[in-house]
Amino acid sequence: MEALSGFFAILDATLRVSTPLILAAMAGLFSERSGIVDISLEGKMLASAFAAAAVAAVTGSAWLALGTGMLVGVVLALVHGFACITHRGNQVVSGLAINILASGLTVVLGIAWFAQGGQTPSLGSDARFMPLELPLAEAARAIPVIGTFYADVISGHNVLVYVAWVAVFATWWVVYRTRFGLRIRAVGENPLAVDTAGLSVSRLRYSAVAICGALSGIAGTYLSTAQNASFVREMTAGQGYIALAALIFGKWRPVPAMLACLMFGFLDAVAIRMQGVVLPVIGEVPVQAIQALPYILTVILLAGFIGRATAPKAVGIPFLKER
Amino acid sequence: MSINTSSIPLPAWLEIGLIPVLNIVMALFFSGLIMLAIGVNPIEAVGIMINGAFGYDEAIGYTLYYTTNFIFTGLAVAVAFHANLFNIGGEGQAYIGGLGVGLVFLLLDKYLPMILLIPLGIMAAGLFGAAWAYIPAWLQAHRGSHIVITTIMFNFIASSIMVYLLVNVLIKPGQMSPETRQFDESSWLPFMHEVLGWFGMEVTRSPLNLSLVFALLCCVFVWVYIWRTRWGYELRTSGQSEAAARYAGIKPKTVIITAMCVSGALAGFVAVNEIMGVHHRLLLNFTAGYGFTGIAVSLMGRNHPVGIIMASLLFGVLYQGGAELAFEIPKITREMVVAIQGLIILFSGALALMLRPWVVQGYLKFKPVDEVVPA
Repeated sequence: MEALSGFFAILDATLRVSTPLILAAMAGLFSERSGIVDISLEGKMLASAFAAAAVAAVTGSAWLALGTGMLVGVVLALVHGFACITHRGNQVVSGLAINILASGLTVVLGIAWFAQGGQTPSLGSDARFMPLELPLAEAARAIPVIGTFYADVISGHNVLVYVAWVAVFATWWVVYRTRFGLRIRAVGENPLAVDTAGLSVSRLRYSAVAICGALSGIAGTYLSTAQNASFVREMTAGQGYIALAALIFGKWRPVPAMLACLMFGFLDAVAIRMQGVVLPVIGEVPVQAIQALPYILTVILLAGFIGRATAPKAVGIPFLKER
Repeated sequence: MSINTSSIPLPAWLEIGLIPVLNIVMALFFSGLIMLAIGVNPIEAVGIMINGAFGYDEAIGYTLYYTTNFIFTGLAVAVAFHANLFNIGGEGQAYIGGLGVGLVFLLLDKYLPMILLIPLGIMAAGLFGAAWAYIPAWLQAHRGSHIVITTIMFNFIASSIMVYLLVNVLIKPGQMSPETRQFDESSWLPFMHEVLGWFGMEVTRSPLNLSLVFALLCCVFVWVYIWRTRWGYELRTSGQSEAAARYAGIKPKTVIITAMCVSGALAGFVAVNEIMGVHHRLLLNFTAGYGFTGIAVSLMGRNHPVGIIMASLLFGVLYQGGAELAFEIPKITREMVVAIQGLIILFSGALALMLRPWVVQGYLKFKPVDEVVPA
């Protein structure tokens, strides 16, 4: 029983750590499936995390914080779109610019507004997304294994964790089961064909990029108002890039990308527990090795050593309408 | 506005003079708006920055010391750009370059004279940087994995490796902070104030060291390499059209790997300035984002050594002036410079062509009638 509850604790932590990754990976999926490379997930999350925490600190409303976080995500996404779609600029350069801008601006504004070394004031529980008890969680505890799994792993998260799961299903449904999703996929594979069919490539890409911004906004809001109780400088700490890695790992498909996020989250949860633990034969596993594993695995995957990751065909190529 | 202006050629002074300057003006304009938003007078801020960067000789020393780093990373990005490769991994390559310097000096600094240690250190920085760029390059050339993603991942992997090594292996025994012991003085690159002192010039101490001279030599080397050698010709050809290059008998795979190794070595030279010149020991995060700034520098400098020197100087001013600004005005922090850097990358890079249609229209309006060629 002891081992089981320990394992459940790891799974519980996995879900908490994976949530921002899943949201950001779904965000990236929309953008990249429409043909716009997005390395600015990191910057959008960071800026949204700051905006959400700032609004929550001032107004005391978590939902207003979520709205602001999403708004900031969308605005940055539209800047990215303006550069990449309207002006056919280099998508990697634009994404990098947003990341660097967010990294600088969040600290500058944080210090100017709150004067706490770049942090936002810590939030009380009403201004945050607090854990929810799912129905019957306590009653289910009586049932061994399945019941405790329900009570300890599934139940007891804040609403944004469940939003992330819904987002995966919604992304799958939109991308594979709706006309809009078909068009998004088409515009990422062959924009000329979409253009010939009389649809606006720019409009489709702008909407995809805006959805990406909104989802990264939720991811950022989660970091500063649900997982933590304030914004801390550089609090994304590469999670936007891990989400990008997970997206590639999932071959630009929603469910595999989610599984990759869960795997990376699991590694992270294990890494925290492994600190200082000496394993038989291997000895002490350095935490840094586990932390670097998502990146190493992605490099190996991209090199085609474990399956092949094929990007949307038109990703990264600006579209020039024929005249 | 529906006419296609991108095919209308502009004279050089507009194309490489006015448009880049306008882009920087746009970036600085938005930086000014940010300052206004936090209640700081931008004009006053610029004054403090300029004075902080050039006002006294110690300030000039610091400005040029930052400039040195940016020349290395800017050149690194530019060499890769000419081969149509986007090396985002300068940060990791510089970090691993530092590992090279650290290992060589930890092993040998007690036994070898300065005349051998310094060239060995420079070579180690370049070789380790190049090695860290070689893997993504090989993967791009032979396995088709995208260099942008791989180099991003390699930045994180480099960071993990360095944290592990400094915390567990290379740390000076009996000390808390994760850094190596100080290297022997015979491995230190002379400071500029010492060098000028030999010639009888009195200059205030600053971190500026002989690496600046080495950086300028690298500029000459890169110019010769890109525009005056067969390899540079192959690199540019392959960068402009891989198919054309292949027909001309150039091997694009070799070009990718060579270009990235040269790029990685240049990024690795940041360690020459930071480790051999200033810190004299290996420590965490000595790269401090210089690798990423190199991208802004290269974009601003239009991938040409002369442009890169000018852009590096501008960033040197921003960094040193920004430090002074943070000191003078408590409301402003050094991160302001990071935000400005983001805006410069946005306007000089991603939105580089935003203003061009207007410039073309203005140009056509003022051009003498007999010169207008019907499109």
